Amino acid sequence: MLLKTQKAEPPSEDKRWRIVQATMRRNGFERHALIETLHTVQESFGFLDEESLSYVAASLRVPLSQVYGVSTFYHLFTLKPAGEHSCVMCTGTACYIKGLPNLLVAMEAAYGVLPGETTADNKLSLLTARCLGSCGLAPVAVFDGEVVGKLTVEKLQERLGRWNNHDDA
Amino acid sequence: MMMHDRLEEMALIEEQSRTQFTQQVRVCVAAGCLSSQSDVVKETLEKEVARNGLERACQVKGVGCMGLCAEGPLVSVTTNGEAKSRQVMYRHVTPADAPELAEALVAKKTVKRLQMPEKMPFFDRQVKIVLENSGEIDPERIEEYIAAEGYQGLLTAVTEMTPTEVIDEIVRSGLRGRGGGGYPTGLKWITVAKMDGPVKYVICNADEGDPGAFMDRSVLESDPHRVLEGMAIAGYAVGATEGYIYVRGEYPLAVERLKLAIRQANRLGVLGSKVCGTTFDFNVQIRLGAGAFVCGEETALIASVEGKRGAPRPRPPYPAEYGLWGKPTLINNVETFANVPAILRKGGAWYAAIGTEKSKGTKVFALAGSIQNTGLIEVPMGMTLREIIFDIGGGVPDGQCKAVQTGGPSGGCIPAEFFDTAVDYESLRELGSIMGSGGMIIMDESASMVDVARYFMEFCMTESCGKCVPCRVGTVHMYNLLDRIYKGQGRPRDLAMLEELCEVVRETSLCGLGQTAPNPVLSTLRYFRHEYTDLLAPEAGNGAAPAAKSPAAERPLEAKS
Repeated sequence: MLLKTQKAEPPSEDKRWRIVQATMRRNGFERHALIETLHTVQESFGFLDEESLSYVAASLRVPLSQVYGVSTFYHLFTLKPAGEHSCVMCTGTACYIKGLPNLLVAMEAAYGVLPGETTADNKLSLLTARCLGSCGLAPVAVFDGEVVGKLTVEKLQERLGRWNNHDDA
Repeated sequence: MMMHDRLEEMALIEEQSRTQFTQQVRVCVAAGCLSSQSDVVKETLEKEVARNGLERACQVKGVGCMGLCAEGPLVSVTTNGEAKSRQVMYRHVTPADAPELAEALVAKKTVKRLQMPEKMPFFDRQVKIVLENSGEIDPERIEEYIAAEGYQGLLTAVTEMTPTEVIDEIVRSGLRGRGGGGYPTGLKWITVAKMDGPVKYVICNADEGDPGAFMDRSVLESDPHRVLEGMAIAGYAVGATEGYIYVRGEYPLAVERLKLAIRQANRLGVLGSKVCGTTFDFNVQIRLGAGAFVCGEETALIASVEGKRGAPRPRPPYPAEYGLWGKPTLINNVETFANVPAILRKGGAWYAAIGTEKSKGTKVFALAGSIQNTGLIEVPMGMTLREIIFDIGGGVPDGQCKAVQTGGPSGGCIPAEFFDTAVDYESLRELGSIMGSGGMIIMDESASMVDVARYFMEFCMTESCGKCVPCRVGTVHMYNLLDRIYKGQGRPRDLAMLEELCEVVRETSLCGLGQTAPNPVLSTLRYFRHEYTDLLAPEAGNGAAPAAKSPAAERPLEAKS
């Protein structure tokens, strides 16, 4: 009972921690809310760092090892900060058959990034997803949350070029 | 009987407000069409309708998936008083087309340029049970679901039937698990119902992991209440008061609509405490997945709901005896639950009259790959692959159909010469594939079967949870062998080794992921062995060897962090 009343302090004054706390409160600080909480942390901060993992572990009274285990087990969680822009490529079967490998080659040639990597200037992260369920539009990628279908190498370069132009302007 | 009157009244009001309009314009706002900006299409249409002074005569609304995702965004126009088949459908509608469409509405004409043919086998050959409301109702309004006889099945169950009678009805229907396994649903319900103890759980498996499958997503986005109703009926039948829906983190729209649906249903009193005014309580919570394919396996899913890593455990004990937090737990797939309300409403015998001897009812399939009509279909069990691919799917756009892949990474490839097989659980298994959750990837002549096998093995390799050795190590070795063969560096003994490994991994893995991981290899070896052997001897090859490959194509797709 004592442990339940002892609350771990958030790592900083950042207001985003309140959102994280709200998620934990909604789930009664139960241990099984771990994944939900990590989702909220990642939504709020973009990635999971050591501080946030320790804080979540202490708040939910889950061993830090388990928190680390969970956050590395699931693909959606990332321990690295993402670049300014993100491009998520769908690697589902339909997208693969319809030319995903060529798109990845183009990405590597143009920006020197492989899936899971961020460019050196921190502008662009290339991520992959296991089927976005938009197989009708294959191949599909998500550019900063916007889904673009029927991609070709040209279309891909045009989309990524937009970010560059925008940043230059 | 209060709830009965309430539902009737709501349905009546909804019907009246609908008939006030002479025309209904439905815009698909499911994920497929949304990514082609169908939300903007809907907004612009609304504005244009208002600008033309039609807001009292013409209702514009967002609806769920209409099925033909390849032609999206889709818009349908129905005129009240006319037969439903007279509805006009438009394809590839852009916001720029809205003024023209609105003018056509005023003039009661059609826009020929965007119109789809009136008779299309794609629509005519389907039988819709699970998808009956998809593309018809607004998924964000409970009133429309109720006007479409929604929650009638639940109401009948909790007010007029005993739990045993509900289960009997499901048994009579012959419904089998739509997640792919095909285990009789009624039997599962009986097992959970027989367990003692006051606390039981119902879990809906919406962790649709197979690449190339988007049936569950569409159902959740197009008709979320149907799944909730199915879960509540199951809860009543087995004696559970709490339900969880485990949804993939990749489906944010589905999650949003489910949350809204749960709120609406709780407010109305068809979920939550005292369902429909009876003593039965049923609360539903959403649990978000975080991108692990193995969590589709029931014991791994339970671990994930408990907030742990999604590692499976040996069965027995099955979740029916020892599931979530050690309590008896009923786990069914989205589509299975989505069938339940219709069975309760129309009777098990009605459902059992559809389909084949051993596989009853309908099945939703997602058609993708090299096919004209990419999209979502629902057909009675027993339809042949040829009818599905060529009549409904419209065949391969340019080229010959070579094979169809069913069942995702756990399934296999079925070559074109077997396309006259009637689709049911047994027939597909005989062909070395499985029904799976319903993804069908159609491949044309250009697809290399070795590459397909390699793709799926790469998938299983990165998705293996690492708990048991055969799967963790075996998939890596099988991937390496396939990779080597595909690159033309394989030796005959590699093929022998591959076959041996398939056997070992299949027989000794802990869960379904490992046990079925060799299936794509085995089925392609069974039907397309020559493609493997051709690659083994490149100098004797007949052009089947792949063209120069790019560096990225040779690497696993998934990032290793």
